[in-house]
Amino acid sequence: MAERYEIRFSGAGGQGLITAGIILAEAATIIEGKHAVQSQSYGPEARGGASKSEVIISDGPIDYPKATVVDACLAMTQEAADKYANGIKEGGLLLLDEDFVQRTPEGNFKVLRLPIMRLAKEDIGREIVANVVALGAMIALTDAVSREAGEKAVLAKVPEAFKELNQKAFSLGFDKGKEAMN
Amino acid sequence: MAKKVALLQGNDACAQGAVYAGCTFFGGYPITPSTEVAEVLSGELPKVGGKFIQMEDEIAAMASVIGASLTGAKALTATSGPGVSLKQELIGYACIAETPCVIINVMRGGPSTGMPTGPGQSDVMQAKWGTHGDHAAIALVPASCQEIYEETIRAFNLAEKYRMPVQVLYDEIVGHMRERVEFAEPGELEVIDREAPSVSPEEYKPYDDTKGQIPPLASYGSGYKFHVTGLNKAADGFPTTKAELVDAEERRQIDKVDDNVADIEKFETYMTEDAEVIIWAYGSTSRSARYAVNDLRKEGIKAGLFRPITLWPFPEKQTAELAKQAKAIIVPELNLGQMVIEVERVAKGDCKVAAIGRVDGEPINPGQIAGKVKEVL
Repeated sequence: MAERYEIRFSGAGGQGLITAGIILAEAATIIEGKHAVQSQSYGPEARGGASKSEVIISDGPIDYPKATVVDACLAMTQEAADKYANGIKEGGLLLLDEDFVQRTPEGNFKVLRLPIMRLAKEDIGREIVANVVALGAMIALTDAVSREAGEKAVLAKVPEAFKELNQKAFSLGFDKGKEAMN
Repeated sequence: MAKKVALLQGNDACAQGAVYAGCTFFGGYPITPSTEVAEVLSGELPKVGGKFIQMEDEIAAMASVIGASLTGAKALTATSGPGVSLKQELIGYACIAETPCVIINVMRGGPSTGMPTGPGQSDVMQAKWGTHGDHAAIALVPASCQEIYEETIRAFNLAEKYRMPVQVLYDEIVGHMRERVEFAEPGELEVIDREAPSVSPEEYKPYDDTKGQIPPLASYGSGYKFHVTGLNKAADGFPTTKAELVDAEERRQIDKVDDNVADIEKFETYMTEDAEVIIWAYGSTSRSARYAVNDLRKEGIKAGLFRPITLWPFPEKQTAELAKQAKAIIVPELNLGQMVIEVERVAKGDCKVAAIGRVDGEPINPGQIAGKVKEVL
């Protein structure tokens, strides 16, 4: 049986974390040819409040489509951290937005912090690309897909006029992610 | 040339499958968790010269589908349990009037409005017995986005071939998740079109079975004029109360499925050859079951999976054989015991049959299934 790698993106509804999950799944399955399943919180649960998107990646067919033990989790807000930063495996990873999550969820996993929203707003100039900054960081931290596949999937998803903006956001997130590991 | 692939939601895959099958009419009324089927087709059908209509309610939507089909179109509607409840009268009409059509039911819980955004598998008996009267039923239960694409195509084929409504049931989990879907090239997958009459309009009788169990269906607007009714009828389509004609009509529209089970049935087995315990599961629950089988095998427990892809007609032969081979059959489903009743009926006491039911809006997870297997063995 092939190993599963499970990633969860969580944050506030509207932050684009479902899109981040879809892009990661596209990078894994359309570009790298692996198997991937993406699912998300849906309906009233996803409106306002906390929202999540999960991606399971494997070299083989994926049976159970929901998370079992999460290898890596992102939480962009305190509410998301409280609600969704659970089920993370021992030795797994939790990435938090350092400005928006004050209380750190407890568990036997590695916790890293990056000012994701601030990077998007101040370094890139648009808060709207925070999800792509976060995606870049998560890919750097997990190696779930290659940097190239991630970037290619991001660019395939956005309209021409926003390609440069998103490329910058992805690269910044990726570089900050690599720095945070050291 | 590399195949076209995309990461698609199950509902999107359904819409793409419908287009591949030659669907040119969608009549529907939006309902969670099926709405994306309508949304995608509202964009795709105009591109292939088809029609998309949002009707005033589910009942009218089903009526529009029957009407469109009678003009020769391959017609589709998509809804969820509450919508199927409303459509039942007209599903019966499509059965007795022998009108091909496809109904997609993306299942949530129930009864009534239930929990619109949660998954359910509680419409599986409704798919067979929802409309009144004796009638045949074909229902398909895909478990992945790729399979939704392919089974939607097969649903159209079966509807056209057997001249009857065919239902495709999958739950919110597979309807809303995204997976890689490989699109078939034109001609790669079989696409069946309904048989046209071989006689002149003057000689045509819409229910004349002298040349075969499934009489050819003419299209309105092609010069053939015929009567369509929900009443029992003679070969010419007009009502009759003659006992022998009524009896023959009722039996024929059931026999056309019963006599062709081998053509309609479809299932998958996984590690059943030496299995002492069979998990009998369909749709998203079968994915949990497969995971559980792998875990149980690691512990040395001989578990296997039987997964119907055609749920109705019920896989009687396969289930009976497995009941003779295994010590137990476990039936996990997102309801409080529906298909397990059929499994028990067919197993005839040859092995233990146990159910796992869940209706809290959460999936049945692999651990729950493995736990039940250990409890039963």
